Amino acid sequence: MPGITREEVAHLARLARLELKDEELDHFAGQLDDIIGAVARVSEVADQDVPPTSHPLPLTNVMRPDVVRPSLTPEQALSGAPAQEQQRFKVPQILGEE
Amino acid sequence: MADLIKLTAAEIAAKIAAGEVTAVEVTEAHLARIEAVDEKVHAFLHVDREGALAQARAVDAKRERGEKLGPLAGVPLALKDIFTTEGIPTTVGSKILEGWIPPYDATLTKRLKAADVVILGKTNMDEFAMGSSTENSAYGPTGNPWDLTRIPGGSGGGSSAALAAYEAPLAIGTDTGGSIRQPAAVTGTVGVKPTYGAVSRYGMVAFSSSLDQGGPCARTVLDAALLHEVIAGHDELDSTSIDAPVPPVVEAARNGDVKGMRIGVVKEFSGEHYQAGVMQRFNESVELLRELGAEIVEISCPSFDLGLSAYYLIAPSECSSNLARFDAMRYGLRVGDDGTRSAEDVTALTREAGFGPEVKRRVMLGTYALSSGYYDAYYGSAQKVRTLITRDFEKAFEQVDVLVSPTTPTTAFPIGERADDPMAMYLADLCTIPTNLAGNAAMSLPCGLAPEDGLPVGLQIIAPAMADDRLYKVGAAVEAAFTARWGHPLLEEAPSL
Repeated sequence: MPGITREEVAHLARLARLELKDEELDHFAGQLDDIIGAVARVSEVADQDVPPTSHPLPLTNVMRPDVVRPSLTPEQALSGAPAQEQQRFKVPQILGEE
Repeated sequence: MADLIKLTAAEIAAKIAAGEVTAVEVTEAHLARIEAVDEKVHAFLHVDREGALAQARAVDAKRERGEKLGPLAGVPLALKDIFTTEGIPTTVGSKILEGWIPPYDATLTKRLKAADVVILGKTNMDEFAMGSSTENSAYGPTGNPWDLTRIPGGSGGGSSAALAAYEAPLAIGTDTGGSIRQPAAVTGTVGVKPTYGAVSRYGMVAFSSSLDQGGPCARTVLDAALLHEVIAGHDELDSTSIDAPVPPVVEAARNGDVKGMRIGVVKEFSGEHYQAGVMQRFNESVELLRELGAEIVEISCPSFDLGLSAYYLIAPSECSSNLARFDAMRYGLRVGDDGTRSAEDVTALTREAGFGPEVKRRVMLGTYALSSGYYDAYYGSAQKVRTLITRDFEKAFEQVDVLVSPTTPTTAFPIGERADDPMAMYLADLCTIPTNLAGNAAMSLPCGLAPEDGLPVGLQIIAPAMADDRLYKVGAAVEAAFTARWGHPLLEEAPSL
């Protein structure tokens, strides 16, 4: 497996929405490389005909009747919001960029 | 009232029910203890003095009216800061949720309140439950009451330290890779990871959803069982909650016995990473089980060697997805919103400022493992390992009733020792992780002090899914035999704070 470069860490950080500082990029590049190197052993089983387990329980969709039930009030739902306006979450601009 | 803090939860509940002591007196004794020692231990992030006293007064009033009290009515409890508590701050040990006050209670919180358990406050933890030492808390580390310069385990170090420091007789933890059992082992207390799906995850801040499991922490096996029965059971708000009766864990804890049981010793849980004193106490525990009438069988689970690797791909992958909710839009911190930046930039700046290094490391690791081109080699392979580990357990449980191992490879290490070496830190969960991957149940309880450093060693008992009662049956027998041998509970050997 390829080593993890500083550029790759910067790319991952963008994907993960983390505005990492320069020194963090260097630090994480080394550490992630070490960790990936250590855990890559799982690929030893990759060629085996083993079905993957994604969850310990056999999951099925759990449905309930579509009836209105009590829930949080708008005030409660907004109580932790960094910014709000007219009973809505107020967010920074999402349109109008390049 | 100093002796009130040394009582077990069962004893406290009995005294309150009999009118020998009031819930308010018990709560005040524990609040006084917290005031006296928590500056040194730092087990709590938030103490809800008024709320706890109000709950205690309600219990006393109920008793005076002659109403029926629950089995743990009036008993104080320390709640890991990962469960939402209406009106009480919930930070998950993180900066990004600093000061957040949830508008609702987790199902577990609701059940504790309904059972008249007195919630003293919220305990310190590794940020978002990522860690094995409680050093990753954004609010500073917790000390191990056995030696304040050492880690109390993680991520639930605050909960276990609160028990070992006699700040609370009961606590709640969550276990994703060992975060209930590993802290229990290094603090000389009892911790149980119930079968996956046995305790509702609704209102428990998600880290790795297919592994996370809340469970009881206590100073005795019976106390853990009493708490287990209060918090376990089906919850329609959690789609992964098991809809089946809770195994009779209290009955099992009251009738500890291993006669005629077949107990497996996992061959793979030994070797270069294991401290000599830990192995010595573990081997003595196996000898004790034999003396108590169990048949000991050596069991090989070859895929367990890959458990740690699989875990450090699966847990970060799920965490990178779960933590996407911390986007600075609906709750928590918001940084850099000066009117010129886009929502995406504000999210990135907020996450940079609000997440600590371990969380960032795992988010990046998960993003990498799930990325196109690496998915099959890493995440996909890790999920295959999960199948192999589950098969190892299934084969083992065809031959034996429970498995035993050391809970951790070493005793509590000094704070800071492994901070810059993630792989060394990850080894702390070597023996606990396979159980999270397979979803079965496990317990850690004290089995002595390592001769070389005088620190507690944990014995891990592992049972099949939905056979949690076997943990308590075996655990109670071991606890009784060891307590008789030592002449007192192990915790009495801890230095006074």
